[in-house]
Amino acid sequence: MYVYDEHDRQMAAERVAQFRDQTERALAGELAEDEFLPLRLQNGLYVQRLAPMLRICVPYGMMRSDQLRRLARITRDYDKGYAHFTTRQNVQLNWPALEDVPDILAELAEVEMHANQTSGNCIRNTTTDQFSGVQSDEIADPRPYCEIIRQWSTFHPEFAFLPRKFKVAVNASEHTDRAAIQVHDIGLQMVRNEAGELGFRVHVGGGLGRTPMVGPVIREFLPEMDLLTYLEAVLRVYNRYGRRDNKFKARIKILVKALTPEGFAEKVEAEWQHIKDSPTRLTPEAVQRIQAYFTEPDYAALDNATDLLASQRFENRGFDQWLTHNVDTHKKPGYAIVTLTMKKTGTPPGDVSDKQLEQIADLADEFSFGEVRVTHQQNVVLADVRQDRLLELWQAITPMGFGTANLNTLTDVICCPGGDYCALANAKSIPVAEAIQRQFDDLDYLYDLGNIDLNISGCMNACGHHHVGHIGVLGVDKKGQEFYQISLGGSSHHDASIGKILGPSFARDEMPQVISKIIDVYVDKRTEEETFLDTYRRVGIDPFKERVYA
Amino acid sequence: MPNVISPDGSIRQDNWVVMPRPAEGESLDIPADQPALIPADLWLAGYEHFTGRQDIGVWFDSHDEPEILDGRVNELPVIAVNFPKFSDGRGYSIGRLLRERFGYVNELRAIGDVLLDQLQFMKRCGFDAYVLRADKDITKAQKCLNFFSQGYQAATDTEIPLFRRRAS
Ligand code: HEM
Ligand code: SF4
Repeated sequence: MYVYDEHDRQMAAERVAQFRDQTERALAGELAEDEFLPLRLQNGLYVQRLAPMLRICVPYGMMRSDQLRRLARITRDYDKGYAHFTTRQNVQLNWPALEDVPDILAELAEVEMHANQTSGNCIRNTTTDQFSGVQSDEIADPRPYCEIIRQWSTFHPEFAFLPRKFKVAVNASEHTDRAAIQVHDIGLQMVRNEAGELGFRVHVGGGLGRTPMVGPVIREFLPEMDLLTYLEAVLRVYNRYGRRDNKFKARIKILVKALTPEGFAEKVEAEWQHIKDSPTRLTPEAVQRIQAYFTEPDYAALDNATDLLASQRFENRGFDQWLTHNVDTHKKPGYAIVTLTMKKTGTPPGDVSDKQLEQIADLADEFSFGEVRVTHQQNVVLADVRQDRLLELWQAITPMGFGTANLNTLTDVICCPGGDYCALANAKSIPVAEAIQRQFDDLDYLYDLGNIDLNISGCMNACGHHHVGHIGVLGVDKKGQEFYQISLGGSSHHDASIGKILGPSFARDEMPQVISKIIDVYVDKRTEEETFLDTYRRVGIDPFKERVYA
Repeated sequence: MPNVISPDGSIRQDNWVVMPRPAEGESLDIPADQPALIPADLWLAGYEHFTGRQDIGVWFDSHDEPEILDGRVNELPVIAVNFPKFSDGRGYSIGRLLRERFGYVNELRAIGDVLLDQLQFMKRCGFDAYVLRADKDITKAQKCLNFFSQGYQAATDTEIPLFRRRAS
């Protein structure tokens, strides 16, 4: 994992001092509300329905155990003893006091953490696949490139006041996309060209929110060393020509659509020609220097523990289910990737207490070289667990509530904070998630249904990514009442698509029944091999409509 | 007379006046006794008349294209860029283009909604004169220009990004 050197440390400390000064000037009335707004947003501080909310950056989802322990302490000392994992691999505190935020940031800086650019109209945290570096089908480890982008984008003087927020995601797996790159402002897919050279396929202009769009490809192959100069060209074109007259039309997707992807690509190429050979062009040494931070941990030379696991499975059905669903194949023999699910029924998806944060830290130290990854599905990954210790790990996490074996099933819901916490909400989202989790509490049935992404947002800002859920739920306001609109057929993976609206919306208490009917249609229509999405794509939306509105 | 802040935070006064764009059909009124900044396209339109004058500079608005002056920038003693609202970041790109692409070497002035916390970005993007909005405390400019001792990326002020400095 990346470790700060004296330059990073110095800038982190300077940033804290700067924000302390800004906060003092704001509290003294020297900065108007709207003048302080972007400054605090760029330090992660929102003001919400109930209290300020602090979004802490977890660069591309990677955290060490000492950082988790510091987060736990911060939630205890400055907040109500819990935190929330977000859908962009970050962590949020829901109740910090404004005047404490500089102290919180100082405590974070001590463990090489910050809240820089986690909000505001600037370049946000770069996200990636939570299985980076441990899966066998990746082109290269994407994390060094994420770190290179993090450094380039941090305090970038030209791009601190963009028309709107800007998110970059990188994916390196050939067969899966766990980073949802096609619904980002820039999505970078690592590829090799015919000569075997490393590079990126560049998607620009994806995004959710009010105008959901899958990002078109604007360059098929960008050589590795050209990464930053090309990003700079994209951002410059956006900064200059993105709309600023209407907040709802200010994302880069609107510009790409207006110019057409080809027209946009031409403008970027023209800009890039001027800067492609500037000193911002990466060097092999610079890339290697960052790669050296992401070397393999000290793996033991092991064989796969196939026989041991088989007998342990045989003796213990719960372990068997968990192994099948929450444990993934590791590139190293004898190791496994474990996802701790934060989706226990009755707990808001992604919420963790201070105690749980410390438990996760202990688990990381004990089982996974002291590191974890946060996923955009709001779960936590232990990436390097020995197979012969999986049973022990499973026994440890079951009482902690991280062992629910529902990964990627219907009840592994992605859900925004919604009306319980968020001032922009049309409707609550957490109770809907919970009602659906209660309705589908039979694990065997869930397994039979297979992989279903259920995503819930409390309003069209789409924090819960409802457009790309196989089943999406959106809170809407109908004459002051909370209602829910359903869409089907979305996907955030390689086959990215935006879901289609089913029809008129429903009251909250109808929702579990409605979801059941949708599931019934799938069960009736599916062939042996089909997932929910396959069936939907084959039969279309009509059979679902007929059943639900019958 | 405006107070003008320099990149080191020191303050001086001068009497450059910004001439607003005249309404449709009106002509530009240039003061006889004071140096003036006029809209860049009007300077070009009256090029024969204006070029070489040390008391005439130009200003760009944030949506203007600095490309129109390519090749002529150094005929101007001062170029100003207007920030109509502090949150409009287009001026930063204009600054970098004037300096890094068109090779402008004379004074680059930030005008308009120029606040303390934006000075650091202006400085990195090539601005070397800042006219702070009048209600802001100019004595804090020096502090606000100097919160950071370095930056990660190359910009007008540092041609070499940190990743290359680290390597050497
Ligand atoms: C609680 C208060 C919150 C507020 C007020 C809020 C507000 C917003 C707004 C206004 C947008 C839309 C931006 C746009 O139109 O482009 C947005 C997008 C988003 N939010 Fe939130 N949010 C909140 C919490 C969260 C949380 C807790 C998460 C993570 C679980 C989250 C994840 C996201 C994501 C991923 C997007 C991006 C959707 C896209 O790609 O356009 N938000 N948020
Ligand atoms: S989707 Fe809407 S309700 Fe949910 S957190 Fe985002 S802004 Fe709030």
